[in-house]
Amino acid sequence: MRISTRINGVARQFDCQPGDTLFDVLRRMGLRGVKEGCDREGTCGACTVLLDGKAVLSCITPAPKVAGREVLTIEGLGDVASPHPIQVAFADAGAVQCGYCSPGMILSTKSLLDRTLVPTQEQIAEALSGNLCRCTGYVKIFDAVRDAAAALQQEKKDNER
Amino acid sequence: MSADRTRDLQVVGHSVRKVDSLGLACGQELYVADYATPDTLVGYVVPSPYAHARIKRIDATRARAIAGVHAVLTHEDIPRIAHTTAGQGYVEPSPYDNFVLDSKVRFVGDRVALIAAETLEIAEEAGKALDIEWEMLDPIFDPDHAMDEGAPIIHDEPEAHMPIPVPYDPKRNMAAGANMGDGDIEQALRTSPKVYSRDFSTQYAQHCPIEPHVTLGYLDARNRVVLITSTQVPFHARRITAQAVGIPVKRVRVIKPRIGGGFGAKQEVLLEPLVASLVLATGRKILMQLSRAEEFLSRTRHAIKVGIDGGFNEDGTINGLRMRVQSNTGAYGAHALTVMCNCGSKVLPLYRMKAVAFDAKAVYTNLPVGGAYRGYGATQAAFAMECFLDEVAEDLHLDPIEIRRRNHILPGEGSPVFAALGEGKPGVEQKIGSSGLAECLTLGAKAIGWEEKRSKPGTGTLRRGIGMCALMQGSAIPEIDLGAVHIKMNDDGSFNLTCGATDLGTGSDTILAQIAAEVLGVDETEVLVYSSDTDLTPFDVGAYASSTTYLSGEASRRAALAVAEQIREIASEMMESHPDPATLVLKDKAVVAPDGSRVTLGEVGLRSLYQANQRQVAATGSAISHKSPPPFSAHFVEVTVDIQTGQVRVVKYVAAVDCGTAINPKLAEGQVEGSVLNGISYALTEEYQFDDKGRMRNTGFNDYKIFGTQDTPEIQTILVPTWEETGPYGAKSVSEICINGALPAISNAIYDAVGVRLREGPFTPDRVLAAIRQKA
Ligand code: FES
Ligand code: FES
Repeated sequence: MRISTRINGVARQFDCQPGDTLFDVLRRMGLRGVKEGCDREGTCGACTVLLDGKAVLSCITPAPKVAGREVLTIEGLGDVASPHPIQVAFADAGAVQCGYCSPGMILSTKSLLDRTLVPTQEQIAEALSGNLCRCTGYVKIFDAVRDAAAALQQEKKDNER
Repeated sequence: MSADRTRDLQVVGHSVRKVDSLGLACGQELYVADYATPDTLVGYVVPSPYAHARIKRIDATRARAIAGVHAVLTHEDIPRIAHTTAGQGYVEPSPYDNFVLDSKVRFVGDRVALIAAETLEIAEEAGKALDIEWEMLDPIFDPDHAMDEGAPIIHDEPEAHMPIPVPYDPKRNMAAGANMGDGDIEQALRTSPKVYSRDFSTQYAQHCPIEPHVTLGYLDARNRVVLITSTQVPFHARRITAQAVGIPVKRVRVIKPRIGGGFGAKQEVLLEPLVASLVLATGRKILMQLSRAEEFLSRTRHAIKVGIDGGFNEDGTINGLRMRVQSNTGAYGAHALTVMCNCGSKVLPLYRMKAVAFDAKAVYTNLPVGGAYRGYGATQAAFAMECFLDEVAEDLHLDPIEIRRRNHILPGEGSPVFAALGEGKPGVEQKIGSSGLAECLTLGAKAIGWEEKRSKPGTGTLRRGIGMCALMQGSAIPEIDLGAVHIKMNDDGSFNLTCGATDLGTGSDTILAQIAAEVLGVDETEVLVYSSDTDLTPFDVGAYASSTTYLSGEASRRAALAVAEQIREIASEMMESHPDPATLVLKDKAVVAPDGSRVTLGEVGLRSLYQANQRQVAATGSAISHKSPPPFSAHFVEVTVDIQTGQVRVVKYVAAVDCGTAINPKLAEGQVEGSVLNGISYALTEEYQFDDKGRMRNTGFNDYKIFGTQDTPEIQTILVPTWEETGPYGAKSVSEICINGALPAISNAIYDAVGVRLREGPFTPDRVLAAIRQKA
């Protein structure tokens, strides 16, 4: 089956076999920031990407489901030459230890901060509840989300001026 | 004291950004699986369905005929070489009881055969197509009966042996034994006014790195086996792989890229020999990645029973303690001896006593295999010791903090345990150089509100309780562990730092860069770190035993000092007055003379490589340690216990930690927070459930719960700076100690809340409720 979609802002077409998940397809395209940490049973969050701005687990998302929609992976958010403020906040807050959970965490954060720039602790914990991290104890991840929110707020203010 | 010495530091002691963090946050840093190419085959281990059985006959003809199968290896196809998977120094203090493949399986999930195929589905199909005639053997699951007369013998193969002279008796399922003592424990117990005896037990658990074990292997153009692997121990992985598959060490190259967490699980040389075998058989590139379910059956935390008998005076001072340890090492003895010995050596020296005894055994069972796990025995034994002390304090009407204050070891003091208990041989005597434990106790108590909140459980459904504990660990294995770092200078005055030390997310690359940068008078961003590649980087034992900051950090300091000396000589040649090099100071990316003359490091670099008296400015620093200075910590926790459901919730957790100088406070805090939450998760939810056939039933995150964001309580870290004379810039270790506190602190807090003692983990609602009902 041939599927047309937009990935990281670019129109893409791909072939998919029956049973292919979005995860399979993204990895095949060389998007290596999408990670796998459970047996693709949707329990770790390492494979999180944004589908039309909403965080989804790519390992349990059937590939055909993205037809005509917009996928954002960590590669599309920013790179080291021009990182997104959330990526910078994670790096600066000490929220990245092994980093294996980070792409998923950061994309879940993006989907939260697209909705609100003044998230409560409960909202943060809720938004990241599907993303497991074994390294950090989440403390610095919560810090990073708040720092990112502040940075984005500042950015917004600067833009309005 | 420590503040005076750290005040002028420019890089050390500062929370600089972790060098790889932005690349990780952008998804650009690469992990093992990211190196796979489209032609890579899948490596697969056919798991044993039985806990104890012999393969009488195995026929792979049908499996090999399946389209897309490139190799099927059974025990008949490869050399049979006894080795240990424990990634320890040579000679490993673990029994050689493991084979790449064997004619016997010893637990459910053990290796039956290896397959290389185009896809995982094909490999699994081939596994099912193996024609196997089994001889079923009686399994033994209960560690209490593993050494009984007539119990099934798990390692009846003639090759099983212990490579060092310590008690090992596979015919009785004994994987290790250790005894030590100092003073007359019997007399101490007989004559003490107060004598107590309690027994505790801890459960099986898994590290759960979010990236499971994964190894990619191929043959390079010189017919060498290259392994890109998720390991904490690249050099041990090289040595043990070569040994296990029967090829020379020089034919193996191990590369460690970014690692998705380890926590001890990856101190095991587990997949590397399997992948090497398949690479040699096929000549193809092979990627073997454990599924989450398989990861649970890779290596675990040893389930250990710890009993303590103690003789006390009325004032709470200790006359003597005896610790009795029974460790369940499962089907293989990896780390059996050393984890068990750590129960004593990382817990008993925390307190002063006149007599001490340690009596330990590790037994084989047909269950998943124990291994290295952050805390490494100290976790299990600290639970026993710190709950025990809480009970004693209560009986003696002493505040739990006070009983620790009256007994804990102080700077300048030693412990007979240090000298008596090493890694399968006597340990190394040492006196405590630095300790901030007294301050940890004070600051932690204040932060949790000890005085105000203790012993006020309230009366509703939700009862509140406060608990605490004190902890120690070590920093490196003395007289054994080696860390080495190489630094060379570039033509712009930047440096390459290569090391075998293994950053598995801990931030050690950054820590080593900070230490070198401090010596060289530059920002850490001028020091480009590369770790680890056995072809390119100097040796290091790897990331375990809380050694990296202390040991590899010292190696980094030494390498940088030697480089700095070379730089001073060149700078002196360049300066008109040719000042004595010893008077020159490296700072702000330059070399400065007392008279104010100055050359930049860039000028030094250019001259050294292109202009005059050319030579490569470079040096290697090596460090071994003659002691293992303990970090200390005091943990305090506030919990609620629902007396209707038995549900325990942590409201707030305070960890006050003395890790010497924190080279990077933010990263040190991260180590504390991560280990604290792992500890809480272990204390409250994590455990293996087995059926009566020895099959683990909860092999996924749905049934084996690890804490997520919504379970996380407020965690407060208090770093209490001290200065460890033998560590780089006063540093000790930080990464392991804080995983040990949650079990005892929470158990003690539950007692404060509802008056029941939980001596067995985890503290699930069922267990807590049963204890509450039993009391009522
Ligand atoms: S890989 Fe674990 S949730 Fe998708
Ligand atoms: S940083 Fe390692 S799993 Fe989150």
